[in-house]
Amino acid sequence: MNHRKSGFYAILKKELYRFFTDKRTVVTTIILPGLMIFIIYSFIGSAMQGFFSVSGDYAPTISAVNLPDSIEAIGQAAGLQTYAASEESIEQVKQQITNGEADLLVVFPKDFDRTIAARESASVGYAPPNVQIYYNSTSSESNTAYGVFSGMLNAYLSSLDTPSFVINQGSAAYDLVSEENATGFMLSSILPLLILIFLFTGGVGVGLESIAGEKERGTIATLLVTTLKRQELALGKVVSLSCIALLAALSSFVGVLLSIPSLLGASGSEIAGTAATLYGVSEYLPLLAVILSTCLLFASLISILSAFAKSVREASTLVLPLMILIMLVAVVGMFQGAQSGPLFFLIPAYNSVQSMVAIFSYSIVPLNLVITIISNLVLTGFCIFVLTRMFNSERIIFSH
Amino acid sequence: MNDGNEILRVEGLSKTFKLSKKQQRIERTSQTTRVAVNDLSFCAYPGEIFGLLGPNGAGKTTTLRILATLIKPDCGDAFIEGTSVIRDPEYTRSRIGFLTSDLRMEDFFTPDYLFDFFSTLRKIDPAVAAGRKELLFCRFGINEFAQVKIKNLSSGMKQKASLVLSIVHDPDIIIFDEPTNGLDVITAKLVTDYLEELRAAGKSIVLSTHIFSLVERLCDRVGIIFEGQMVACDTLENICEGSSLEDRFFELYRQAGGEVA
Repeated sequence: MNHRKSGFYAILKKELYRFFTDKRTVVTTIILPGLMIFIIYSFIGSAMQGFFSVSGDYAPTISAVNLPDSIEAIGQAAGLQTYAASEESIEQVKQQITNGEADLLVVFPKDFDRTIAARESASVGYAPPNVQIYYNSTSSESNTAYGVFSGMLNAYLSSLDTPSFVINQGSAAYDLVSEENATGFMLSSILPLLILIFLFTGGVGVGLESIAGEKERGTIATLLVTTLKRQELALGKVVSLSCIALLAALSSFVGVLLSIPSLLGASGSEIAGTAATLYGVSEYLPLLAVILSTCLLFASLISILSAFAKSVREASTLVLPLMILIMLVAVVGMFQGAQSGPLFFLIPAYNSVQSMVAIFSYSIVPLNLVITIISNLVLTGFCIFVLTRMFNSERIIFSH
Repeated sequence: MNDGNEILRVEGLSKTFKLSKKQQRIERTSQTTRVAVNDLSFCAYPGEIFGLLGPNGAGKTTTLRILATLIKPDCGDAFIEGTSVIRDPEYTRSRIGFLTSDLRMEDFFTPDYLFDFFSTLRKIDPAVAAGRKELLFCRFGINEFAQVKIKNLSSGMKQKASLVLSIVHDPDIIIFDEPTNGLDVITAKLVTDYLEELRAAGKSIVLSTHIFSLVERLCDRVGIIFEGQMVACDTLENICEGSSLEDRFFELYRQAGGEVA
């Protein structure tokens, strides 16, 4: 072990050993938050389910262009009401679907019935006509209508001798969901704030105890009479707290992921799967850097507060204003949209949220990201400097 | 700097504390500050036990805390082997072992874990530390309790563990605030015997106490403090001048204007 750093490692090891061998703190810090979030969100989710599900007698609004007689007949038999639409109105209806005002648009090629009927007599180069069905995957009504209509077409298709037409071929965008409505939107809108809250709350309990508690019990002076450098003590406290806060945040995050099925009607693994396909290394690496630098900053802020307080009780009173301030800044950062100038990325918490929003929506400005990470690290360094000074101050250490 | 062979030289130490409103109320005073140590000077020599004797509140603990670099004096300085405790606190911390009931151990850990922890903090070679642990745990009967968490130890065992932990680095200078306070007679005897052993091994010890018998039994030289000021500082024989330490103490106390109600 490097002797120059051995004090830091000794403190880090002791803090983590203390944490992980104490079942109570592990349960209350890491397991409980994730579990509580899972239970509460699942409960809210199932309570809200009623709002999102489609009622049984709902009649979807289906518009059809060039609706052939054959399909109209099958549709009527199945109780589906379709409205005839002209080719000129296609764009307008698509917009309505995006906005949730209409449910489905089906576009048949002209002379659909005749083309199919002529398929056997047609030459070798028979091109099966393509039926286009436009829908919106974020609307449960539209999804249901899409399922019913495409099911009906498929049934009709299999009743024919040869596969004579195709549905939604080609690379056109049939899902008319606006980009903002997609999973990406959900991730980019809620997640940054959630991550920030989890990072802060995850470290609060242990962090307030870690220094104010040691002051209260008189164990910190025992460390200070050894040759341990104050800086090593400050760094050891902050880094160990960051590790614990990261784990606690991860637990809360897993809780959210697990409760997504009942919250949004999509399964957590689907969302995770979507996230895995949506984002790659170029998103995850910056994300990790933002999370780590934010975590270090929060841990050092909590540590300063904990060192300043005379007791754990006082520390937990003092932490509230800090928490509210950080949350306010974060919420502002969330609703600001991602067009602020680089200087705004010097503001802690605000910069983290903005950077995460940018990462999730693929609009990272490298300069802003670098400013965020560097400003977080510089602030952490400053906090550690302050903490080191505090450990040197008899008024701070003996104020209990 | 080091003009004699003294291992510790204290020069004109002064320390004033601010009194909080609460402290003013408790002590029924309107003063906002209290002088804890007032122009205090003394020396300690290698291989001797030096005792600071005084009533509660005389400034003994404050003086020792300054020597241990936990607090800084308003003026004056102290030199450990010629090096200023203010300018080079790290050197001081590496040379001294500080023992006081104010320094607590974390309840959650075992003496064994803490011994290794403090050895690492003191950057002691693991093999050397292991040998020392064996020796000290055996000497103080901590062996069977080495794996018991501090919170589950008896108060006597806690104090023995605390003593052992503050000398993991085998310091040449030991600063001991009220060595026998709160100890049962057996543990107290163990501690005083050990201090004599340390002196025999050539270590220097500075202790504070208000117990006359302890000074008479252990100390080579003694400094008597009233209200932060040194009123006498010499060998035990020279101070006593044939009478008992207790009689001499109260004589000095009355001369300094003190009253025994």
